[in-house]
Amino acid sequence: MRLPDALQYRLPLAAKVSILHRASGLLMFALLPFVIWLLDTSLSSEVSYERFAAAFTVGIGFVPAVLVKLVALALIWAFLHHLFAGVRHVWMDATHSVTRQQGQTSAVITLVGSLVLTVLLGAKLFGLY
Amino acid sequence: MAVNYGSKRLVVGAHYGLRDWLVQRITAVLMTLFTLVLLVQVLMPGPMGYDKWAGIFSAQWMKLLTYVVIVSLIWHAWVGMRDIWMDYVQPLGLRLVLQVVTLVWLIGCAGWALQVLWRL
Repeated sequence: MRLPDALQYRLPLAAKVSILHRASGLLMFALLPFVIWLLDTSLSSEVSYERFAAAFTVGIGFVPAVLVKLVALALIWAFLHHLFAGVRHVWMDATHSVTRQQGQTSAVITLVGSLVLTVLLGAKLFGLY
Repeated sequence: MAVNYGSKRLVVGAHYGLRDWLVQRITAVLMTLFTLVLLVQVLMPGPMGYDKWAGIFSAQWMKLLTYVVIVSLIWHAWVGMRDIWMDYVQPLGLRLVLQVVTLVWLIGCAGWALQVLWRL
């Protein structure tokens, strides 16, 4: 099957959660050096901590702060979606909750829960409260 | 001894899949616990700044927990990335290259993270 054919499928929510589980994992894998850079600058010294904080107010080199925040927001979503989807898997394995209805309900909780938390943390990140 | 080569080779039953499945869940639970432990400490009263943040990670037990979580993360990401390459990249040579790059990437990241942790 070729990709254009695969895209013809109408996917249930559980399938979308599954694909986003992979996509979010891939994203975090790709951005791992950025996360460790944040860990490094925030922990190494007070001077580097200032650099860490400045990344979100003035940016990193030629990268503007707003882009740094958007990348951080993407990471926050990826982490939350991955966490929710992972807990969903463990819950399904542990309690054998594998009916179609349970899959649908838990998929909604995963998608909505991670998005709501992302919006809340994103609002904090962008200084809305 | 039963024949285990050629067309008679047993290709299932080594539990590689089960091991990866279990590793994926155990490492995930460890990372979830770490997230909660870190969150509780961040939310403790007191202004957030370098002193509080570095103080969290300089406790010996937190260093050990973070060390375990870094290893868990690398292992977890390896199982996940390997699944992605196995599913979507069919040419064996390219898949091998991607898997090697993945391992180098992950081990490099782990080394950097541990360096940050241990000079604290």
